[in-house]
Amino acid sequence: MTILETERLSIAFGGLRAVDEVSLAVDSGIVFSIIGPNGAGKTTLFNLISGLYTPQDGRVRFGGDDVTGLSPHRLARRGLSRTFQNLQIFFRMTVLENVMVGRHRHEGAGIWSELLHLPSVGRCNRNTREAARAALARVGLQGGADQLAGTLSYGALRRVEIARALASEPRILLLDEPAAGCNPVETQELDGVIRSIVNDGITVVLVEHDMRLVMNISDRIHVLANGRTLTEGTAAEVRSNAAVVEAYLGAHGVSEAAHAVR
Amino acid sequence: MAHRLAGLAVIAVIAVLLPAFFPSAYYTRVATLVFIFALAAVGLNLLMGFAGQVSLGHAGFVGIGGYSVAIGATYLGMPTWLCIFVSAALSGLVAFLVGRPILRLRGHYLAVATLGFGVLVGIVLTNEAAWTGGPDGMTVPRLTLLTWQVRGADAWYWIAASTFLGGAMLALNLNDSPTGRALKAIHDSEVAAAVLGIDVSYQKLAIFVVSAIYASVAGSYLALFNGHITPDVSGFLSSIELAAMVVLGGMGSVAGSLVGAAVLVVLPQTLTVLHEYEHMVLGLILMGFMIFLRRGIVPSLAGAVARRRP
Repeated sequence: MTILETERLSIAFGGLRAVDEVSLAVDSGIVFSIIGPNGAGKTTLFNLISGLYTPQDGRVRFGGDDVTGLSPHRLARRGLSRTFQNLQIFFRMTVLENVMVGRHRHEGAGIWSELLHLPSVGRCNRNTREAARAALARVGLQGGADQLAGTLSYGALRRVEIARALASEPRILLLDEPAAGCNPVETQELDGVIRSIVNDGITVVLVEHDMRLVMNISDRIHVLANGRTLTEGTAAEVRSNAAVVEAYLGAHGVSEAAHAVR
Repeated sequence: MAHRLAGLAVIAVIAVLLPAFFPSAYYTRVATLVFIFALAAVGLNLLMGFAGQVSLGHAGFVGIGGYSVAIGATYLGMPTWLCIFVSAALSGLVAFLVGRPILRLRGHYLAVATLGFGVLVGIVLTNEAAWTGGPDGMTVPRLTLLTWQVRGADAWYWIAASTFLGGAMLALNLNDSPTGRALKAIHDSEVAAAVLGIDVSYQKLAIFVVSAIYASVAGSYLALFNGHITPDVSGFLSSIELAAMVVLGGMGSVAGSLVGAAVLVVLPQTLTVLHEYEHMVLGLILMGFMIFLRRGIVPSLAGAVARRRP
Protein backbone atom coordinates (compact mmCIF):
# COMPACT_ATOMS: atom_id res chain seq x y z
CA MET A 1 0.00 0.00 0.00
CA THR A 2 1.31 3.44 -0.90
CA ILE A 3 1.42 5.83 2.06
CA LEU A 4 3.17 8.81 0.46
CA GLU A 5 3.16 9.86 -3.14
CA THR A 6 4.39 12.87 -5.09
CA GLU A 7 3.30 13.58 -8.62
CA ARG A 8 5.45 15.78 -10.87
CA LEU A 9 6.35 17.90 -7.84
CA SER A 10 8.16 21.12 -8.80
CA ILE A 11 9.48 24.31 -7.25
CA ALA A 12 11.86 26.92 -8.60
CA PHE A 13 13.84 29.58 -6.75
CA GLY A 14 14.64 32.52 -9.01
CA GLY A 15 14.85 30.47 -12.19
CA LEU A 16 16.67 27.54 -10.57
CA ARG A 17 14.44 24.49 -10.72
CA ALA A 18 15.38 23.05 -7.32
CA VAL A 19 12.88 20.22 -7.59
CA ASP A 20 11.74 19.45 -11.11
CA GLU A 21 8.81 17.11 -11.79
CA VAL A 22 9.74 14.55 -9.16
CA SER A 23 7.30 11.66 -8.90
CA LEU A 24 7.76 8.97 -6.30
CA ALA A 25 5.64 6.50 -4.36
CA VAL A 26 6.59 5.23 -0.90
CA ASP A 27 5.14 1.92 0.22
CA SER A 28 3.98 1.60 3.80
CA GLY A 29 6.41 0.08 6.29
CA ILE A 30 9.66 0.36 4.34
CA VAL A 31 12.85 2.42 4.42
CA PHE A 32 12.79 4.66 1.38
CA SER A 33 15.99 6.60 0.78
CA ILE A 34 16.53 9.66 -1.34
CA ILE A 35 20.13 10.19 -2.40
CA GLY A 36 21.96 12.51 -4.75
CA PRO A 37 24.92 14.88 -4.82
CA ASN A 38 24.89 18.17 -2.89
CA GLY A 39 22.34 20.54 -4.37
CA ALA A 40 20.31 17.71 -5.94
CA GLY A 41 17.18 18.99 -4.18
CA LYS A 42 16.82 16.37 -1.43
CA THR A 43 16.13 18.75 1.45
CA THR A 44 13.96 20.93 -0.79
CA LEU A 45 11.91 17.84 -1.61
CA PHE A 46 11.54 17.18 2.14
CA ASN A 47 10.46 20.77 2.69
CA LEU A 48 7.82 20.38 -0.04
CA ILE A 49 6.52 17.10 1.37
CA SER A 50 6.39 18.37 4.97
CA GLY A 51 4.59 21.58 3.97
CA LEU A 52 7.34 24.10 4.71
CA TYR A 53 7.36 25.04 1.00
CA THR A 54 4.30 25.18 -1.24
CA PRO A 55 4.93 23.48 -4.59
CA GLN A 56 4.50 25.56 -7.72
CA ASP A 57 3.39 22.49 -9.60
CA GLY A 58 2.44 18.89 -8.88
CA ARG A 59 0.66 17.11 -6.03
CA VAL A 60 1.51 15.43 -2.74
CA ARG A 61 -0.70 12.60 -1.48
CA PHE A 62 -0.41 11.24 2.04
CA GLY A 63 -2.43 8.25 3.22
CA GLY A 64 -4.57 8.48 0.10
CA ASP A 65 -5.53 12.16 0.62
CA ASP A 66 -4.34 15.08 -1.46
CA VAL A 67 -2.35 17.19 1.01
CA THR A 68 -0.72 19.61 -1.46
CA GLY A 69 -0.25 23.03 0.17
CA LEU A 70 -1.35 21.90 3.61
CA SER A 71 0.51 23.69 6.43
CA PRO A 72 3.19 21.75 8.36
CA HIS A 73 1.19 21.54 11.60
CA ARG A 74 -1.81 20.02 9.80
CA LEU A 75 0.44 17.44 8.13
CA ALA A 76 2.00 16.68 11.51
CA ARG A 77 -1.45 16.10 12.97
CA ARG A 78 -2.10 13.59 10.17
CA GLY A 79 1.00 11.68 11.24
CA LEU A 80 3.87 13.08 9.18
CA SER A 81 6.94 13.97 11.22
CA ARG A 82 10.48 14.95 10.31
CA THR A 83 13.94 15.90 11.55
CA PHE A 84 16.22 18.59 10.18
CA GLN A 85 19.61 18.54 8.50
CA ASN A 86 20.55 21.76 10.30
CA LEU A 87 19.40 20.91 13.82
CA GLN A 88 16.24 22.62 15.06
CA ILE A 89 16.56 22.02 18.79
CA PHE A 90 14.72 24.00 21.48
CA PHE A 91 17.94 25.09 23.17
CA ARG A 92 16.29 26.85 26.12
CA MET A 93 14.51 23.65 27.16
CA THR A 94 15.78 20.45 28.72
CA VAL A 95 16.24 17.29 26.66
CA LEU A 96 13.07 15.81 28.14
CA GLU A 97 11.04 18.99 27.49
CA ASN A 98 12.22 18.98 23.87
CA VAL A 99 10.79 15.51 23.41
CA MET A 100 7.64 16.42 25.38
CA VAL A 101 6.86 19.06 22.75
CA GLY A 102 6.66 16.17 20.28
CA ARG A 103 3.55 14.98 22.13
CA HIS A 104 1.72 18.21 21.30
CA ARG A 105 -0.72 16.68 18.82
CA HIS A 106 -1.88 14.19 21.46
CA GLU A 107 -2.41 16.82 24.15
CA GLY A 108 -5.82 18.41 24.14
CA ALA A 109 -6.11 20.37 27.39
CA GLY A 110 -7.29 23.77 26.12
CA ILE A 111 -5.89 27.11 27.26
CA TRP A 112 -8.55 27.82 29.93
CA SER A 113 -8.04 24.57 31.79
CA GLU A 114 -4.29 25.12 31.45
CA LEU A 115 -4.49 28.60 32.99
CA LEU A 116 -6.43 27.12 35.93
CA HIS A 117 -4.30 23.97 35.98
CA LEU A 118 -7.31 21.67 36.24
CA PRO A 119 -6.57 18.04 37.20
CA SER A 120 -6.79 17.03 33.53
CA VAL A 121 -3.69 19.15 32.83
CA GLY A 122 -1.69 17.37 35.55
CA ARG A 123 -2.71 14.02 34.09
CA CYS A 124 -1.83 15.17 30.60
CA ASN A 125 1.62 16.36 31.80
CA ARG A 126 2.33 13.00 33.46
CA ASN A 127 1.33 11.01 30.36
CA THR A 128 3.41 13.29 28.16
CA ARG A 129 6.45 12.97 30.44
CA GLU A 130 6.16 9.18 30.42
CA ALA A 131 5.81 8.95 26.65
CA ALA A 132 8.76 11.32 26.20
CA ARG A 133 10.97 9.18 28.45
CA ALA A 134 10.00 6.11 26.43
CA ALA A 135 10.88 7.89 23.18
CA LEU A 136 14.28 8.89 24.59
CA ALA A 137 14.94 5.30 25.64
CA ARG A 138 14.15 4.13 22.12
CA VAL A 139 16.97 6.17 20.65
CA GLY A 140 19.35 5.17 23.46
CA LEU A 141 19.31 8.43 25.44
CA GLN A 142 18.26 7.46 28.95
CA GLY A 143 20.60 9.60 31.04
CA GLY A 144 20.73 13.39 31.17
CA ALA A 145 17.09 13.94 30.31
CA ASP A 146 16.96 16.95 32.64
CA GLN A 147 20.02 18.66 31.15
CA LEU A 148 19.57 21.74 29.01
CA ALA A 149 19.56 20.58 25.39
CA GLY A 150 22.31 23.07 24.54
CA THR A 151 24.84 21.08 26.58
CA LEU A 152 24.58 17.91 24.44
CA SER A 153 26.94 16.75 21.67
CA TYR A 154 25.97 17.02 18.03
CA GLY A 155 25.38 13.29 17.68
CA ALA A 156 23.18 13.23 20.79
CA LEU A 157 21.15 16.19 19.52
CA ARG A 158 20.42 14.29 16.29
CA ARG A 159 18.91 11.58 18.47
CA VAL A 160 16.92 14.10 20.48
CA GLU A 161 15.36 15.22 17.20
CA ILE A 162 14.51 11.63 16.28
CA ALA A 163 13.05 10.98 19.76
CA ARG A 164 11.02 14.19 19.51
CA ALA A 165 9.63 13.15 16.13
CA LEU A 166 8.91 9.63 17.42
CA ALA A 167 7.07 11.04 20.43
CA SER A 168 4.47 12.40 18.03
CA GLU A 169 3.72 8.78 17.02
CA PRO A 170 4.00 9.45 13.29
CA ARG A 171 2.86 7.12 10.51
CA ILE A 172 5.75 8.32 8.41
CA LEU A 173 9.07 9.78 9.55
CA LEU A 174 11.29 11.92 7.31
CA LEU A 175 14.92 11.81 8.47
CA ASP A 176 17.14 14.49 6.93
CA GLU A 177 20.78 13.36 7.18
CA PRO A 178 20.55 11.76 10.63
CA ALA A 179 24.16 10.52 10.41
CA ALA A 180 25.71 13.92 9.59
CA GLY A 181 28.22 14.80 12.28
CA CYS A 182 27.97 11.39 13.92
CA ASN A 183 31.03 9.20 14.55
CA PRO A 184 31.14 5.63 13.10
CA VAL A 185 29.86 4.08 16.34
CA GLU A 186 26.91 6.48 16.48
CA THR A 187 26.15 5.79 12.81
CA GLN A 188 26.18 2.06 13.50
CA GLU A 189 23.73 2.56 16.38
CA LEU A 190 21.57 4.73 14.13
CA ASP A 191 21.22 1.76 11.81
CA GLY A 192 19.68 -0.21 14.69
CA VAL A 193 17.44 2.70 15.72
CA ILE A 194 16.05 3.08 12.18
CA ARG A 195 15.43 -0.65 11.91
CA SER A 196 13.52 -0.67 15.21
CA ILE A 197 11.41 2.27 14.01
CA VAL A 198 10.46 0.40 10.84
CA ASN A 199 9.76 -2.74 12.85
CA ASP A 200 7.14 -0.76 14.73
CA GLY A 201 5.35 -0.14 11.45
CA ILE A 202 6.52 3.45 10.89
CA THR A 203 7.54 4.21 7.32
CA VAL A 204 10.94 5.92 7.11
CA VAL A 205 12.01 8.28 4.34
CA LEU A 206 15.73 8.90 4.60
CA VAL A 207 17.97 11.54 3.09
CA GLU A 208 21.55 10.56 3.83
CA HIS A 209 25.08 10.94 2.49
CA ASP A 210 26.54 7.97 4.37
CA MET A 211 26.36 5.40 1.55
CA ARG A 212 27.13 2.46 3.80
CA LEU A 213 24.12 3.24 5.96
CA VAL A 214 21.88 3.88 2.94
CA MET A 215 22.88 0.71 1.06
CA ASN A 216 22.51 -1.43 4.18
CA ILE A 217 19.14 -0.27 5.33
CA SER A 218 17.08 0.87 2.33
CA ASP A 219 14.31 -1.12 0.69
CA ARG A 220 14.05 1.41 -2.13
CA ILE A 221 16.43 4.15 -3.21
CA HIS A 222 15.39 7.18 -5.24
CA VAL A 223 18.26 9.04 -6.90
CA LEU A 224 18.04 12.78 -7.60
CA ALA A 225 20.43 14.93 -9.62
CA ASN A 226 19.92 18.63 -10.36
CA GLY A 227 16.38 18.47 -9.02
CA ARG A 228 15.31 15.66 -11.34
CA THR A 229 14.80 11.95 -10.83
CA LEU A 230 17.73 9.94 -12.14
CA THR A 231 16.49 6.48 -11.27
CA GLU A 232 14.87 4.42 -8.56
CA GLY A 233 15.36 0.84 -7.44
CA THR A 234 16.75 -1.47 -4.81
CA ALA A 235 20.25 -0.95 -3.40
CA ALA A 236 21.67 -3.51 -5.83
CA GLU A 237 19.94 -1.93 -8.82
CA VAL A 238 21.04 1.59 -7.94
CA ARG A 239 24.59 0.48 -7.30
CA SER A 240 24.89 -1.17 -10.70
CA ASN A 241 23.16 1.63 -12.60
CA ALA A 242 25.76 3.20 -14.88
CA ALA A 243 24.15 6.64 -14.83
CA VAL A 244 24.14 6.73 -11.03
CA VAL A 245 27.70 5.54 -10.76
CA GLU A 246 28.84 8.18 -13.19
CA ALA A 247 26.67 11.11 -12.11
CA TYR A 248 26.70 10.62 -8.41
CA LEU A 249 28.67 7.93 -6.68
CA GLY A 250 32.02 8.38 -8.42
CA ALA A 251 34.99 6.13 -7.82
CA HIS A 252 35.07 6.78 -4.06
CA GLY A 253 31.37 6.11 -3.58
CA VAL A 254 31.51 2.86 -5.52
CA SER A 255 34.25 1.46 -3.33
CA GLU A 256 32.37 2.52 -0.21
CA ALA A 257 29.16 0.93 -1.46
CA ALA A 258 31.04 -2.25 -2.35
CA HIS A 259 32.19 -2.46 1.27
CA ALA A 260 28.62 -2.44 2.38
CA VAL A 261 27.71 -5.58 0.46
CA ARG A 262 29.46 -8.03 2.77
CA MET B 1 11.63 19.45 42.50
CA ALA B 2 9.89 22.39 44.14
CA HIS B 3 6.23 22.90 43.44
CA ARG B 4 5.62 25.34 40.60
CA LEU B 5 3.78 27.71 42.94
CA ALA B 6 6.31 27.59 45.81
CA GLY B 7 7.91 30.90 44.81
CA LEU B 8 4.49 32.50 44.53
CA ALA B 9 3.61 31.42 48.09
CA VAL B 10 6.74 33.25 49.31
CA ILE B 11 5.68 36.39 47.43
CA ALA B 12 2.18 36.11 48.93
CA VAL B 13 3.56 35.96 52.48
CA ILE B 14 5.77 38.99 51.80
CA ALA B 15 2.80 40.88 50.33
CA VAL B 16 0.75 40.19 53.47
CA LEU B 17 3.51 41.21 55.91
CA LEU B 18 4.80 44.21 53.97
CA PRO B 19 2.18 46.85 54.95
CA ALA B 20 3.18 46.46 58.62
CA PHE B 21 6.51 48.09 57.73
CA PHE B 22 5.08 51.02 55.76
CA PRO B 23 5.68 54.28 57.71
CA SER B 24 3.07 56.21 55.70
CA ALA B 25 0.32 55.94 53.11
CA TYR B 26 2.85 57.12 50.52
CA TYR B 27 4.62 53.76 50.76
CA THR B 28 1.33 51.91 50.39
CA ARG B 29 0.63 53.94 47.25
CA VAL B 30 4.00 53.11 45.73
CA ALA B 31 3.63 49.39 46.57
CA THR B 32 0.18 49.39 44.97
CA LEU B 33 1.62 50.86 41.79
CA VAL B 34 4.33 48.18 41.83
CA PHE B 35 1.72 45.41 41.89
CA ILE B 36 -0.38 47.05 39.16
CA PHE B 37 2.60 47.43 36.82
CA ALA B 38 3.84 43.96 37.73
CA LEU B 39 0.49 42.56 36.56
CA ALA B 40 0.98 44.17 33.14
CA ALA B 41 4.61 43.01 33.08
CA VAL B 42 3.64 39.38 33.80
CA GLY B 43 1.25 39.48 30.85
CA LEU B 44 3.89 40.97 28.58
CA ASN B 45 6.34 38.36 29.85
CA LEU B 46 4.03 35.60 28.59
CA LEU B 47 4.40 37.12 25.13
CA MET B 48 8.06 38.16 25.24
CA GLY B 49 9.71 35.77 27.69
CA PHE B 50 7.74 32.62 26.89
CA ALA B 51 6.80 32.92 23.22
CA GLY B 52 9.70 35.22 22.26
CA GLN B 53 7.51 37.79 20.50
CA VAL B 54 8.42 41.43 21.15
CA SER B 55 5.78 44.07 21.81
CA LEU B 56 6.80 47.71 22.12
CA GLY B 57 3.19 48.87 22.14
CA HIS B 58 1.69 47.11 25.12
CA ALA B 59 0.94 50.36 26.91
CA GLY B 60 -1.69 50.77 24.17
CA PHE B 61 -3.69 48.07 25.92
CA VAL B 62 -3.07 49.74 29.29
CA GLY B 63 -4.59 52.86 27.74
CA ILE B 64 -7.59 50.99 26.35
CA GLY B 65 -8.16 49.37 29.75
CA GLY B 66 -7.93 52.68 31.56
CA TYR B 67 -9.99 54.84 29.24
CA SER B 68 -12.69 52.19 28.72
CA VAL B 69 -13.36 52.26 32.46
CA ALA B 70 -13.32 56.05 32.53
CA ILE B 71 -15.60 56.45 29.50
CA GLY B 72 -17.87 53.53 30.38
CA ALA B 73 -18.51 54.84 33.89
CA THR B 74 -18.68 58.54 33.04
CA TYR B 75 -20.64 58.61 29.78
CA LEU B 76 -22.40 55.25 29.62
CA GLY B 77 -23.32 54.95 33.29
CA MET B 78 -21.93 51.45 33.61
CA PRO B 79 -20.90 50.16 37.07
CA THR B 80 -17.13 50.56 37.45
CA TRP B 81 -16.47 46.89 38.32
CA LEU B 82 -18.32 45.80 35.17
CA CYS B 83 -16.23 48.28 33.14
CA ILE B 84 -13.07 46.39 34.14
CA PHE B 85 -14.40 43.20 32.55
CA VAL B 86 -15.83 44.94 29.50
CA SER B 87 -12.56 46.76 28.83
CA ALA B 88 -10.64 43.50 29.24
CA ALA B 89 -12.88 41.90 26.62
CA LEU B 90 -12.48 44.96 24.39
CA SER B 91 -8.68 44.85 24.69
CA GLY B 92 -8.74 41.15 23.88
CA LEU B 93 -10.80 41.85 20.79
CA VAL B 94 -8.48 44.66 19.66
CA ALA B 95 -5.48 42.38 20.26
CA PHE B 96 -7.12 39.69 18.17
CA LEU B 97 -7.81 42.07 15.27
CA VAL B 98 -4.38 43.77 15.43
CA GLY B 99 -2.49 40.56 16.16
CA ARG B 100 -3.70 38.63 13.15
CA PRO B 101 -1.85 40.73 10.58
CA ILE B 102 1.17 41.88 12.63
CA LEU B 103 2.14 38.63 14.38
CA ARG B 104 3.24 37.29 11.01
CA LEU B 105 6.17 39.68 11.34
CA ARG B 106 9.25 38.67 13.26
CA GLY B 107 11.91 40.25 15.43
CA HIS B 108 12.58 43.92 14.73
CA TYR B 109 9.71 44.15 12.24
CA LEU B 110 7.23 42.96 14.86
CA ALA B 111 8.76 45.40 17.36
CA VAL B 112 8.20 48.36 15.02
CA ALA B 113 4.65 47.23 14.12
CA THR B 114 3.62 46.95 17.78
CA LEU B 115 5.31 50.27 18.48
CA GLY B 116 3.11 51.76 15.75
CA PHE B 117 0.03 50.30 17.42
CA GLY B 118 0.92 51.89 20.76
CA VAL B 119 1.55 55.29 19.16
CA LEU B 120 -1.77 55.01 17.32
CA VAL B 121 -3.71 54.41 20.55
CA GLY B 122 -1.94 57.37 22.14
CA ILE B 123 -2.90 59.65 19.23
CA VAL B 124 -6.54 58.56 19.28
CA LEU B 125 -6.78 59.12 23.04
CA THR B 126 -5.22 62.59 22.68
CA ASN B 127 -7.32 63.69 19.70
CA GLU B 128 -10.76 62.38 20.64
CA ALA B 129 -11.00 65.13 23.24
CA ALA B 130 -14.83 65.05 23.36
CA TRP B 131 -14.66 61.59 24.93
CA THR B 132 -11.20 61.51 26.50
CA GLY B 133 -10.54 65.06 27.61
CA GLY B 134 -7.58 65.31 25.23
CA PRO B 135 -4.02 65.74 26.50
CA ASP B 136 -5.24 66.78 29.97
CA GLY B 137 -6.99 63.47 30.46
CA MET B 138 -10.16 62.85 32.39
CA THR B 139 -11.42 62.11 35.87
CA VAL B 140 -12.28 58.52 36.70
CA PRO B 141 -15.11 57.62 39.10
CA ARG B 142 -14.30 55.49 42.14
CA LEU B 143 -14.50 51.72 42.03
CA THR B 144 -17.70 50.43 43.60
CA LEU B 145 -18.03 46.75 44.50
CA LEU B 146 -21.71 46.10 45.29
CA THR B 147 -22.24 48.79 47.95
CA TRP B 148 -18.60 49.25 48.97
CA GLN B 149 -16.96 52.34 47.56
CA VAL B 150 -13.28 51.54 47.34
CA ARG B 151 -11.22 54.46 48.62
CA GLY B 152 -7.77 54.90 50.05
CA ALA B 153 -4.43 53.28 49.35
CA ASP B 154 -4.92 50.45 51.85
CA ALA B 155 -7.89 48.90 50.07
CA TRP B 156 -6.21 49.31 46.70
CA TYR B 157 -3.04 47.68 47.99
CA TRP B 158 -4.96 44.48 48.76
CA ILE B 159 -6.88 44.54 45.49
CA ALA B 160 -3.72 45.08 43.42
CA ALA B 161 -1.64 42.53 45.35
CA SER B 162 -4.26 39.79 45.17
CA THR B 163 -4.92 40.41 41.48
CA PHE B 164 -1.20 40.26 40.79
CA LEU B 165 -0.93 36.98 42.72
CA GLY B 166 -3.88 35.57 40.76
CA GLY B 167 -2.39 36.68 37.44
CA ALA B 168 1.02 35.30 38.37
CA MET B 169 -0.57 31.98 39.33
CA LEU B 170 -2.31 31.69 35.97
CA ALA B 171 0.99 32.45 34.22
CA LEU B 172 2.86 29.81 36.24
CA ASN B 173 0.10 27.30 35.51
CA LEU B 174 0.40 28.01 31.81
CA ASN B 175 4.17 27.59 31.97
CA ASP B 176 3.71 24.00 33.14
CA SER B 177 1.25 22.94 30.44
CA PRO B 178 1.15 21.85 26.79
CA THR B 179 0.56 25.45 25.68
CA GLY B 180 3.50 26.66 27.80
CA ARG B 181 5.79 24.12 26.17
CA ALA B 182 4.45 25.03 22.73
CA LEU B 183 5.16 28.74 23.36
CA LYS B 184 8.72 28.04 24.50
CA ALA B 185 9.18 25.81 21.45
CA ILE B 186 8.05 28.65 19.18
CA HIS B 187 10.58 30.91 20.92
CA ASP B 188 13.46 28.61 19.89
CA SER B 189 12.40 27.24 16.49
CA GLU B 190 9.17 28.00 14.69
CA VAL B 191 9.72 25.38 11.96
CA ALA B 192 10.42 22.62 14.48
CA ALA B 193 7.32 23.63 16.44
CA ALA B 194 5.22 23.58 13.27
CA VAL B 195 6.34 20.12 12.10
CA LEU B 196 5.44 18.77 15.55
CA GLY B 197 1.84 19.83 15.03
CA ILE B 198 1.88 23.22 16.78
CA ASP B 199 -0.28 25.83 15.07
CA VAL B 200 2.30 28.61 15.41
CA SER B 201 0.14 31.55 14.32
CA TYR B 202 -2.77 30.47 16.53
CA GLN B 203 -0.54 30.10 19.59
CA LYS B 204 1.06 33.50 19.03
CA LEU B 205 -2.33 35.15 18.58
CA ALA B 206 -3.79 33.46 21.67
CA ILE B 207 -0.94 34.57 23.92
CA PHE B 208 -1.04 38.09 22.42
CA VAL B 209 -4.73 38.29 23.39
CA VAL B 210 -4.04 36.96 26.90
CA SER B 211 -1.18 39.40 27.43
CA ALA B 212 -3.37 42.29 26.21
CA ILE B 213 -6.01 41.33 28.81
CA TYR B 214 -3.37 41.48 31.58
CA ALA B 215 -2.32 44.95 30.39
CA SER B 216 -5.93 46.07 30.16
CA VAL B 217 -6.79 45.06 33.74
CA ALA B 218 -3.64 46.85 34.93
CA GLY B 219 -4.75 49.95 32.99
CA SER B 220 -8.25 49.83 34.50
CA TYR B 221 -6.79 49.54 38.02
CA LEU B 222 -4.37 52.37 37.36
CA ALA B 223 -7.19 54.67 36.24
CA LEU B 224 -9.48 53.76 39.15
CA PHE B 225 -6.66 53.95 41.71
CA ASN B 226 -5.39 57.35 40.56
CA GLY B 227 -8.90 58.71 39.94
CA HIS B 228 -7.51 60.37 36.84
CA ILE B 229 -6.05 59.25 33.54
CA THR B 230 -4.03 60.95 30.77
CA PRO B 231 -2.91 59.67 27.34
CA ASP B 232 0.61 59.27 28.76
CA VAL B 233 -0.30 55.82 30.14
CA SER B 234 -0.42 54.50 26.59
CA GLY B 235 2.54 56.52 25.33
CA PHE B 236 5.72 55.24 23.80
CA LEU B 237 7.68 55.70 27.04
CA SER B 238 5.19 53.63 29.01
CA SER B 239 5.48 50.80 26.50
CA ILE B 240 9.26 50.89 26.76
CA GLU B 241 9.00 50.90 30.54
CA LEU B 242 6.84 47.76 30.46
CA ALA B 243 9.27 45.98 28.14
CA ALA B 244 12.16 47.13 30.35
CA MET B 245 10.44 45.65 33.43
CA VAL B 246 10.22 42.27 31.68
CA VAL B 247 13.82 42.25 30.46
CA LEU B 248 15.29 43.74 33.64
CA GLY B 249 13.48 41.28 35.92
CA GLY B 250 14.17 38.33 33.63
CA MET B 251 12.58 37.04 30.44
CA GLY B 252 10.32 34.11 31.21
CA SER B 253 10.51 34.68 34.98
CA VAL B 254 7.18 35.55 36.62
CA ALA B 255 8.88 36.63 39.86
CA GLY B 256 11.25 38.64 37.68
CA SER B 257 8.37 40.72 36.36
CA LEU B 258 7.51 41.76 39.92
CA VAL B 259 11.14 42.63 40.65
CA GLY B 260 11.45 44.52 37.35
CA ALA B 261 8.28 46.48 38.09
CA ALA B 262 9.48 47.21 41.64
CA VAL B 263 12.81 48.58 40.39
CA LEU B 264 11.26 50.75 37.70
CA VAL B 265 8.50 52.13 39.93
CA VAL B 266 10.52 52.64 43.13
CA LEU B 267 13.82 53.91 41.70
CA PRO B 268 12.43 57.06 40.02
CA GLN B 269 10.57 57.88 43.26
CA THR B 270 13.67 57.55 45.45
CA LEU B 271 15.99 59.24 42.96
CA THR B 272 14.00 62.49 43.03
CA VAL B 273 16.33 63.59 45.85
CA LEU B 274 19.05 63.91 43.21
CA HIS B 275 17.04 66.58 41.37
CA GLU B 276 18.52 67.25 37.92
CA TYR B 277 20.72 64.14 38.01
CA GLU B 278 17.72 61.84 38.59
CA HIS B 279 17.33 60.52 35.03
CA MET B 280 21.05 60.16 34.49
CA VAL B 281 21.49 58.06 37.62
CA LEU B 282 18.41 55.99 36.77
CA GLY B 283 19.85 55.26 33.33
CA LEU B 284 23.23 54.31 34.79
CA ILE B 285 21.64 51.96 37.32
CA LEU B 286 19.60 50.22 34.61
CA MET B 287 22.71 49.84 32.45
CA GLY B 288 24.57 48.42 35.43
CA PHE B 289 21.85 45.87 36.07
CA MET B 290 21.90 44.68 32.48
CA ILE B 291 25.72 44.54 32.30
CA PHE B 292 26.18 42.57 35.51
CA LEU B 293 22.94 40.55 35.51
CA ARG B 294 22.56 40.08 31.79
CA ARG B 295 19.87 37.39 31.91
CA GLY B 296 17.75 39.66 34.10
CA ILE B 297 17.78 40.10 37.87
CA VAL B 298 15.92 36.96 39.00
CA PRO B 299 17.35 34.34 36.56
CA SER B 300 20.90 35.66 37.02
CA LEU B 301 20.73 35.62 40.83
CA ALA B 302 18.99 32.21 40.84
CA GLY B 303 21.75 30.89 38.58
CA ALA B 304 24.44 32.29 40.88
CA VAL B 305 22.83 30.65 43.93
CA ALA B 306 22.52 27.31 42.11
CA ARG B 307 26.23 27.40 41.20
CA ARG B 308 27.27 28.05 44.82
CA ARG B 309 25.54 24.89 46.00
CA PRO B 310 27.71 21.79 45.75
